[in-house]
Amino acid sequence: MPGAMAHRQVVPMQFEVSSAPHVIAGYTVPRVMTQVLVALVPVAGAHVLLYGPGLLLLLAVCAVTALACEALALRLRRRDPGPFLRDGSVLVTAALLALSVPPLLPWWLAAFGTAVAVLLGKHAYGGLGYNPFNPAMVGYAVLLVSFPLEMTRWPVPMGAEWDAVTGATALDQLRTGLGQRLTMQEIFAQPAFGAVGDAGAQWVNAAALLGGLYLLGRRIVRWHIPAAVLAGMAVPAVFMHAIDPGAHAGTAFHLFSGATMLGAFFIATDPVSAATSDRGRLFYGAGIGALAWIIRTWGGYPDGIAFGVLLMNLAAPLLDRYTVPRIHGHPKR
Amino acid sequence: MARGAAFAAGLRLESHKALAMQRPLQVAAAPALAMVALDQGGGVAASSAVNPGMRVRIGTEIARPGDAASAAVHSPVSGVVRDVGPHDIVIENDGADTWGVPLEPVPWESLSAAGLTDGIREAGIVGLGGAAFPTSAKLTAARESSVEHLVLNGAECEPWISCDDALMRERAGDVVLGAQVMMRACGALRATIAVEDDKPEAIAALRAALSCAGDDRIGLLAIAALYPAGAERQLLATVTGVEVPHDALPPAIGLVCQNVGTAAAVAAWVRTGRPCISRIVTVTGGGVNQPANLEARIGTPLAALVAGCGGYRGNPTRLIAGGSMTGRALDSDAIPLTKAMNCILVASGADLAPRGPAMPCIRCGDCATACPAGLLPQQLHRAVLSDDTALFERHGLADCIECGCCDYVCPSQIPLTSSFREARARARARHEEMRRAAEARQRFEQRERRLAAQAQAERRAFDEARRRARGDGPPSGGTDAI
Repeated sequence: MPGAMAHRQVVPMQFEVSSAPHVIAGYTVPRVMTQVLVALVPVAGAHVLLYGPGLLLLLAVCAVTALACEALALRLRRRDPGPFLRDGSVLVTAALLALSVPPLLPWWLAAFGTAVAVLLGKHAYGGLGYNPFNPAMVGYAVLLVSFPLEMTRWPVPMGAEWDAVTGATALDQLRTGLGQRLTMQEIFAQPAFGAVGDAGAQWVNAAALLGGLYLLGRRIVRWHIPAAVLAGMAVPAVFMHAIDPGAHAGTAFHLFSGATMLGAFFIATDPVSAATSDRGRLFYGAGIGALAWIIRTWGGYPDGIAFGVLLMNLAAPLLDRYTVPRIHGHPKR
Repeated sequence: MARGAAFAAGLRLESHKALAMQRPLQVAAAPALAMVALDQGGGVAASSAVNPGMRVRIGTEIARPGDAASAAVHSPVSGVVRDVGPHDIVIENDGADTWGVPLEPVPWESLSAAGLTDGIREAGIVGLGGAAFPTSAKLTAARESSVEHLVLNGAECEPWISCDDALMRERAGDVVLGAQVMMRACGALRATIAVEDDKPEAIAALRAALSCAGDDRIGLLAIAALYPAGAERQLLATVTGVEVPHDALPPAIGLVCQNVGTAAAVAAWVRTGRPCISRIVTVTGGGVNQPANLEARIGTPLAALVAGCGGYRGNPTRLIAGGSMTGRALDSDAIPLTKAMNCILVASGADLAPRGPAMPCIRCGDCATACPAGLLPQQLHRAVLSDDTALFERHGLADCIECGCCDYVCPSQIPLTSSFREARARARARHEEMRRAAEARQRFEQRERRLAAQAQAERRAFDEARRRARGDGPPSGGTDAI
C-alpha cells in the first residue's frame, strides 16, 4: 500500500542510541588516583623536611620505572598502554613504595622493587583490577627480605641530637631495648624516640593522617578500612600495655610509629586487593592492624604493616565469600 | 517532616525537573495522523481489531490485548484507518473529535469490585508510571490476596521527569478520586499517597484535595527525595517499613502499588466514561525550545510533540523515552507516544555527556554503596564476566532493579546495568532451554515406556496365542512345559 506508507513521516530525525543509564557521574579512575596523589603531598613534604631530599630521587626513580614496566607489560600482553598509563594507578603504586622504603635506599634497589611490584605484583595476575596482592607491598616485601640491611637503615631525622647519619627506627630500638632488658623509660629516652612515637615517623604519620582525612572528606576512601586498621592495632596495644606496661609500648606510640597511618589510609585501602563489602572491610582492616601489632611486638621485622596487608590480601576472597550483605527483600542470614 | 528512605542506598541526583515545570500543564494538539503502536509497553503486543478504510471515533477499541499483561487500545482520534502495519495502526484524524463511547459518569460507588476491574480493563487503563501493566490485572490480583493497603506512587524520583508533579499540582482531586475507586476495586482499607519532598506544591495541592474529599482512609506521606525512592519495592519499604520478599509480589504482604497518573486515569474514566486515550508526558531537555508537560493523545508522533514544544533547539544528540537513568534511547522521532512513555528527553550533548571506554573494575565498591537493592554490583560484574550461574544467584542477579545507580557512580565507567540485563536474559533463555529439554526428555521417556508396554503386551498376546495353538491351557505357576 504505497499510498498508506506515504502518510508516514518522510524524514524522521535520527538520534544516537545508548543503553540506560544514559548519564554517569564522570568521577573516573584517573581523577580518583589524582586525588590520592594530592593527598600524599603532605606525607612527602614531612618526609623531605625530616629526612632530606632523598625521597624526591626515589619518587622519580620509582615513577619512571613503574611507567616503563607498565608500558612493557601492556605491550607484552598486547594491550593499548595509553588508557592504563593515564589512569594513574601505577603512579600511586610507585609513590607508596617510595614512601615506604628508607630515603637513602640505593636507587637501583628502588627501581628493582618497583619492577617487582608492577611486573610480578600487578601484571603477572592480569593487571589493573586483578592483582590479589597490593603491588607496592609485594615490592616492599621482596626488598625487605632480600636486602634487610639497606631496608632498615633510616636517616636520623632533622633536629634529633644524635651523632650518626643513619640508625634504627624507634620500632627497632624498642625491640632491641626490650631484648637487652632495658626499662621503658631507658628505651624512650633514646634519641630515636619522639614525644609520641618515632622521632621522625611521628610527623610523617601525622601528615599521613591529614592526607587520609582529606581522602575521607572527598569520599575517595570510605571509613571502614582505616578505622578498622587503627582499631585493630589500638585494641591489642591498649590491652597489653595495661597488663604489662614494662614490656609493651602504648597505643599512641604504635599509631604514630612506622607506617601505621600511611598503611591505614593509603595502603590498606587499595580496593583491588582488599575485601569488598563494608563488613568484609571491617574484618580486613582489623586483621591488618592486629597482624601489624603482632609482627612489631614479636616478629623480626622493622614494621608489620606490609606483611599485615599481604596476609589479609590472602584472606580477602574468603572474607568476600562470608560477608555478602543482605539483599533487599531477603530474610536476615 | 519527610520520612527517610528505608532501602539500602540510592543517589542524590540533579533533578532537572524545573525545566519542564516552568510552564503549566498544556493540552497538546491532536495529531493529524495518529500512529497507535500495537505494543504499548506491557506484555505481548495487542492485535488489531480494525482494517484499513474503517471509520473510527475517539474511544473505539482498535486493538485487543495480546495476553494477560497487555491491554486494549482505543482510537485517540476520530477518522479513517489508513494503514494497519505490523507495529501500529495509522488513523487519519478528521478533526471532528467525535466520541465512539457514551460520555457519561460511571456509577462506581454502586459497582461491585469485579465490575470496577472489568470496566478499568475495558477502558484500557495501564500503569502510567512506565510499566504499562494492565491496572485491572494488578487490582484483581490484589483483591484475590485481600490486600489491606494501597500505596499511590507519586515519588517521581527519576531526573527530568515531571509529569506526575504537574498532574498532582493541577489534578490532585483526580488522584484522590482515583485512590477511592481503586480501593473499592481491590478491597484495600486504606491508602497512602507518597510524594518526594522536593515537590512542595504537589504536596500542598494533594493536602487540599484530601481535606476537600474528607476521606480519612487516605493519607499523604512526604518521603525523602532520593533516587530511586519511587522504585516499587523501595517505595513500599519506605512507606510501610516492611520489605516485599524477593520471591513474592506486594500483595503477598497485603500491599498494592499504583502510580498517581494511573489513579488519575481511573478517575477520568469514572468521571467521564472516557477510556485511556491520552496521557501526560514531559517533553524536556536542552534539545527542545519550550520544555513542558503535555496531555497528549496516545499515538501522537514524537516529532509532533516536539514541534508542539517549539521544535528542536540546536543539535540534540539523543531522544530518550523516559528519564536519564532508566529511559530507552530511541533512534528516530518517527515513533509514536505510547501509554508507557512518561517523558521524552530531547538531550543535547551537554545534558548527557557520552561515557568513555570502560576500564577494568577496581572493586572500589562505590556501586555497592549506591545500590538500593543491597547488592554488590562489583561481585555480580565478576560473575557476569566469568558467566558463573551459581555466583549470579549468590549475589542476587534476580534482585537487580536496573535503576542504573551502579553505572552512574562507577569510576571505571563499566556499563554494569546493561550487562546485568543481558545476563538475566541469558539466564532466562538458559532456564527456558533447560525446561524444554526436561520436557522433551519426559516425552521421550513416556514414549519409551509406552512402546515397552506395547511390546510387552504384544509378546504376551503372542505367547498366549501360541499356547492356545498348542492346545495348552492358560499358564499357571510351575506347570510350564520346560
